[in-house]
Parts: sequence; C-alpha cells; structure tokens
Amino acid sequence: MAEAIDRFVPDGATVALGTSLEPLIPFAAGHELIRQRRQDLELVGPISDSLFDELIGAGCVRRITAAWVGNVSEGLGHCYRRAAEQGIPRAIEIHDHTNFSISMALWAAAWNVPYLPARTLLGSDILRTNPNIKEVDGLVHITAVRPDVTILHVQRCDAQGRAHVWGPLGISEEAGLAAERVIISCEEVVDAAVTLSDPNRVLLPETKVVAVVHEPGGSHPSPVQGFWKRDHALDNAYADESRTREGYEAWLKRWVLDVPDRQTYMTMVDIESIRITGNRPSEPVNFADE
Amino acid sequence: MSDYTDQELMIAVAAREIRDRELVFVGMRLPIVAYAVARNTHAPNARGLFEVGLMRDQPASTYLGTMGDPPNVAGALWATRMSNVMALMAQGMVDLGFIGGAEVDRYGNLNTSYVGLPERPRVKLPGSGGGADIAILSRRWVTLMTHERRRLVERVSFITSPGHGDGSPGWRRRHGLLGGGPAAIITTLCVFRFPLDGGEAYVDTVHPGRTLAEVREATAWDVSFGAAVGETPPPTEPELREIRLRSAVGSR
Repeated sequence: MAEAIDRFVPDGATVALGTSLEPLIPFAAGHELIRQRRQDLELVGPISDSLFDELIGAGCVRRITAAWVGNVSEGLGHCYRRAAEQGIPRAIEIHDHTNFSISMALWAAAWNVPYLPARTLLGSDILRTNPNIKEVDGLVHITAVRPDVTILHVQRCDAQGRAHVWGPLGISEEAGLAAERVIISCEEVVDAAVTLSDPNRVLLPETKVVAVVHEPGGSHPSPVQGFWKRDHALDNAYADESRTREGYEAWLKRWVLDVPDRQTYMTMVDIESIRITGNRPSEPVNFADE
Repeated sequence: MSDYTDQELMIAVAAREIRDRELVFVGMRLPIVAYAVARNTHAPNARGLFEVGLMRDQPASTYLGTMGDPPNVAGALWATRMSNVMALMAQGMVDLGFIGGAEVDRYGNLNTSYVGLPERPRVKLPGSGGGADIAILSRRWVTLMTHERRRLVERVSFITSPGHGDGSPGWRRRHGLLGGGPAAIITTLCVFRFPLDGGEAYVDTVHPGRTLAEVREATAWDVSFGAAVGETPPPTEPELREIRLRSAVGSR
C-alpha cells in the first residue's frame, strides 16, 4: 500500500474513495495517505463513513466534493466541523453534492461529456453553493468530476487488476471509469482463472488499474460481504474520541501514525468478533465456449 | 399497555406511513426499523429500496449499523449500482422516502448542510447524502425529528432538501419538482401534516401524555393546528415487539 500511494497519489490529487457508500471503504489507503502526509487533496465520494473526516482532521484535504461527510454512528463529523467552522487544522473548500448528483458527475466524466442533466436538486440551496451545478431550463446541469485516482477495496482481485466485487456497488463503477487510474486493495489475490471464470463480476476494465494491493481487512471498520462484519464498537469509539481536537489527535496517533501498516493494525482489532464464518454461496453459471 | 420510549413511538408512527405494496426508500437508522415493523405487521408486501444499491422484500435478520451491512445484502431482491436505484426514483416509482434532518421549517424544508452562512457556518452539518434526491423525486416523504425550538425553526437557514419552499400553493410544481413533497413530520411530541397543494405544516395528532402547549412551546414558529387534533395511537404490542427485536444492539 505504501508503494501504491507513493507512486500514484501525488499532493494536490483529486481522489475518489468510499464509493460503495457504507461497505468496502478503503480505510487502509486513507491511513497511508495520512502517514505519507499528503497535502491539498480533493476528496470525491458519496458517503464514506468517517474516512473523509479522518483525512480532514489530519490536514490532508483542500476540497471536499461529496454528498455527506460525518460518521455514520453519530452523524456529525467533528473534524469536518472544526475545518469548516474554524479552519482547524486548515480551511477547506466544499462542493456540496447529493448521492445522485455525485454519481452523475462521475458518469459525465466517464462518458467524456462536460455535464449531464438531471431532475434532482431543483429547489435546493445546493444550487447556490456549488459553482459546478446550475439550473438550465428546468433541468439541473451537473458538471463532470474527473478523479485523478479512484481507490477501491474489493473482495478479490487478480494480479492484472480484474476485481471481483459482490454486494451493492454504490458509485464504484462510474468512479473507476471516470478516473485517470485506479488502485485496488483486496482481501484476496486470486489467480486469473478465478476472476475470468465470471467476467460479469469484474468491476472495471483492467486497463484502468495501476496497482493491486493485497490488504486483508483494508476496509475495517466498514464491512466486506463474505469476509467482515461492520465493527460498530470501533466506529462508535471514533465518533466519541474525535469530539475534541485533542481526542482526535490521540486517536490518530494510536490508530494511524504509530501503526506501520494494515497488518499491524489488524493485530490491534478484535478480529474474531467481526469475522464472517458463515457460508452462503451463489449458484455457478455456465460460460461454455461453444 | 406497556411503557414505551419517545423513539419507539416515532418508529411505530413512521411504520404506519408505509402502505402495503409500496416501494419505500428506506435510508438509515430509525427508518430501517420502521420498514421492518411495517413489513411484519400491516404491510407484508412492501419493498424497501436502499441507495447503496439494494432492494428487499423482508427486513434483515439482525441489527444493522448501516444499510450496507452484510445481513442487509443477504436475501436481497436486487444488488446493484446506486444510479439504478435513483433511476426508479426519477421515474416516480418510489412511493415513500424517509429523510433525516437537523432542522425543519414550517413549510417542511430540511436543512442538513449549514447552520448560519455557508461561507462561515456556525455548525457544519454532514450534508445531503441522498436526502435532497428523495425530497425532490419520491412521491411523498416523511422526516423524524426530536421536537426542539432549535430544530423546528421559522425558516431554515439553508434548504438542503426542499419541502414546500416558500409555502405558496403549488410551489413544487412551479419549480419542476417531480415528487409530492413532505407528507408528515414525526416528532417526539406530535405528528405534523400538510395541505394537499403544499403550504404550512399543521399539527394532526399529539402523542399520548403531551399537550398542545408543549408543542407550541417547543416550536419556533406560530403553530397551526388541524381542524380536530387527535391523539397519536400508541405503539401496539406487535409493533413494540418488532421494534425491540431490531434496535437493541449497538443503537445510539
């Protein structure tokens, strides 16, 4: 992960993260961004539980282009509040979106058009605050948002970047297609024979993927279908501890700055309490070549 | 009749807003429980839609911290991308949506973005999420809120999710909003409803043990009351059983 972030996410980059909404949030990648002291990032996403809040608190963020920033346990994002209200640790620019409009902004970039028209946002004051969304003849034009990098956590991926994801996809496809490049972190690295046995389940074209990182638990505390439950207790703890700047800094030191990598992080978590042990496989389908 | 909390009453009232066979945009927290209650009592054929990219016809087997938790995916009717779910709503196929809010005003407009000026907010709230989409595109919607003067305000400082705008009749239609707007505001004290063509919220029922004076005191605008303000029916035993089954673990 350290190498992928170092090589492919420069300061000032526009980065899409947390595109599956509540599950599969690439926290390990986010923590590596913090450890490498990335600056001036623009974060793009719908709802990414507390990941955006953590990155804002660490001073990595110049602009938020998202539908929602907080933490799901409690609502309010305390680092987001401090940055927007008091400029702590730095002031941020906010481009408000809705879940629908951020999806369309990414589809616009994916299809290489300047904007897409939509029927959402009519009558909302978001039309006043986001300079990239405007009403034209009774429709709302949503300007394309093109990430430099989209980072996704998935269940399994092969070394060529063919990622298999199951469960709801949120806006992961449009975020990947719109991006200049994609970093995949995954629970399992599998042989190409596995991924290509079911090409319908491959999320994105391999030509977009520049790095595949084997990172078990890389989305903790968010869940992974078939691998990990959501760690409610740890998410609640972040909500409490980030309430004050001092509390956030202590949290950051303990869970990010003093932790060299995800492997070490996972030894600090009660993983047996969140491991999914049941088995509920889908039926195989026939791809016979005749 | 057993005792129940304000929150349990709100969930039961929210569940009754769901009619059988409806497609409901569920969202997070209390509405997840409300959908389960409705599905297992009076609305056995109601389907739930989740913006993460899911459709279900039965509640998840265990407590959910979020709509994307694995138990909400297992047994789903459809696991898909968010834009597909939004497509159904844009076509007017979502009958009812639930939206959370920090502030609501007398015309049912919701603020989840900024208290104070957006350039220099007094409180930066998390933002729309899918709230504005639901407010604009679902056929009708409901919000749940703690009844406090700082939450039920004369005019919200920022309209994240539009209700009936400036309250003039037909405001939504004139501005091209497809959905019908807010059907109810369910608070810890009462249930507000709205006139058919939009306008100002009025108190329809007051919760058991609460008074009109309490409602007036805890609302920042000069409250209107319906022609015959009734008492909100308390949660039934089956409703309470469903609610308690699903909100015990990890809720806050």
